[in-house]
Amino acid sequence: MTLEIARAAYADSPAAPDTAFVSLRRRLLRNKLSLVALCAIVLLVFIAVLAPWITPLDPNEPDANAVLQQPSRAHLLGTDVYGRDELSRIIFAARVDLLVAFVSTFLALLIGSLIGAISGFRGGWLDQIVMRIVDAVMAFPPFVLAMGLTAAIGSSITNLILVIAVTQIPVYLRQIRAEILRERELEYAQAAQTVGNPTWRIVFIHLVPNCLAPLIVQATLAMGFALLTLAALSYIGLGVQPPDPEWGEMVSEGASLMVTGHWWLSLFPGIAILVTVLIFNLVGDGLRDLLDPRMRGR
Amino acid sequence: MSFLFFVVRRLALLVPTLFGVSVIGFLLTCLLPGNPALVKAGPMATPQYVAEMKHKMGLDQPLHVQYGRYVTGLLHGDLGESSSTGRPVLTDFMQRLPATLELTVASLLLALLLGIPMGVLCAIHRDTVIDHFGRVFSVAGVAMPSFWTGLILIYVFFYLLDIAPAPLGRLAPGISPPVTITGLYTVDSLVGGDWHALESSLAHLALPSLTLAISVMAPLARIVRAGMLEILETDYIKAAWAFGLPRGLVIYGDALGNAIIPMITALGVVFGFLMAGNAVIESVFGWPGIGNYAVKALILKDSAPIQSFVLFVALVCILVNLLVDLLYGLADPRVRTG
Repeated sequence: MTLEIARAAYADSPAAPDTAFVSLRRRLLRNKLSLVALCAIVLLVFIAVLAPWITPLDPNEPDANAVLQQPSRAHLLGTDVYGRDELSRIIFAARVDLLVAFVSTFLALLIGSLIGAISGFRGGWLDQIVMRIVDAVMAFPPFVLAMGLTAAIGSSITNLILVIAVTQIPVYLRQIRAEILRERELEYAQAAQTVGNPTWRIVFIHLVPNCLAPLIVQATLAMGFALLTLAALSYIGLGVQPPDPEWGEMVSEGASLMVTGHWWLSLFPGIAILVTVLIFNLVGDGLRDLLDPRMRGR
Repeated sequence: MSFLFFVVRRLALLVPTLFGVSVIGFLLTCLLPGNPALVKAGPMATPQYVAEMKHKMGLDQPLHVQYGRYVTGLLHGDLGESSSTGRPVLTDFMQRLPATLELTVASLLLALLLGIPMGVLCAIHRDTVIDHFGRVFSVAGVAMPSFWTGLILIYVFFYLLDIAPAPLGRLAPGISPPVTITGLYTVDSLVGGDWHALESSLAHLALPSLTLAISVMAPLARIVRAGMLEILETDYIKAAWAFGLPRGLVIYGDALGNAIIPMITALGVVFGFLMAGNAVIESVFGWPGIGNYAVKALILKDSAPIQSFVLFVALVCILVNLLVDLLYGLADPRVRTG
């Protein structure tokens, strides 16, 4: 009896605070679609890493006897003008596409939050200069800036990563700066300052960890954008150069054959882009629900 | 705060941005491959002649002097010379600008025409099949690479159904362009009463503008939906329902007006997206605009059109963002104090 009353009394009170991990897992489960998408990313990474072992054929091996074949049992997604197997090329392309998307986003997040945090915390002339530079960079639509920069410095994989990172840095920089400005006025930040912590310690040990949640959401969504940028650059001939397979480059190779009815050459790599970006966006949306309660249900 | 003060402050903010943009533009000219002196001197030139050319063009001066020359040139409308067409870039631009303008405006209109009703429908029928469909569309819409969407549309409407014209340019071969008034073929042919040209230009405009519209429609619809949902919960809309006003009047008269204000701010970004999309979509459809011109220059390593395109797009976007901000300040007085 007493036990039941106690149970009833406690029923409404909040349960013992979950550890971060338990809470994360529970909320992830609630958002099943995002969970599926997260698994899909892991799967994609596996496919990319294992590409040489799982592709049916060599992606760059021409076959004069199998030119421009429709999807069939021998070539599940057909072959291109050189008789190369489309499926193998799409699988191999995942390597460069995912690599550029991941690394450029991570780089932008790292550099953007580093500069943004310092600039926001220090304030003053430094902040003014940084923000004016950011304004100038953001005046360019990201893809157009990427186009100009890639044309200028050349389109190696390293350069593509750098260029896509540069177009994304201002986004994180602004975001973390706004967070830092709010966070540094809070009591714990003031306390950390009062007891004499060095500036770098306050910023990077105390403040930055509390500002990261929205940035991580942004980064997940930005991966899709990075992938779209890379694909579009390759489409106009600036990105990954043939014969290396890349999804945008593959769509481009098939483009002129679309009007003659060879639909499979552009369709499948485009679907690969679409699905991958979709997956990134779904995970990003799920993370937003999870980490940023203000945006929930949007 | 008065509107005038708001305008002045907003204009003052432009100065550092324009300076920064010009610096970036200048850096691009320095970095882009193809030494302009070498290009101008020609392939058979002696080293002495190249050095002379360099001196003549001011390329042996310190960077800040070169920057000064660059900005002075820009202010006089000097965007350099295209090595592939052999003409000033500005002349080439002016010739191609109407095509780009036509495509951009058409796709923006199409995006608004399709996106706003979609957002409204999703909000009114919240959590029904319509809303779910809208959600799927907006998630997929932003994930589709626009050049791919364009190709799929070409395949379906040109190859399979054969109702769209070949994706090459603005008019069918054999049809002469209408008398130039604005340079927009649709407008010119309408004004001049040239029905053949009007039909052909509309048919050629349809697929590229639809492609661009699809790429920006989803975010617009989402913003309208969110705004609509918020407004529909307010007291004044509830009062309008309680008075028994007709459904259409409440939704499209009272609610929509306030729901699309947040969309105005998004228009700046949308416009930037369309301008960037132009570069790619124009080359998919062989549309003779400035984006196509820049992409062709990329292949030919012709640097002046590339850097001019990048700079031009940035300037247009700055201008559009300025207009958007002013419009927003006009529509919502609270913004002026912010």
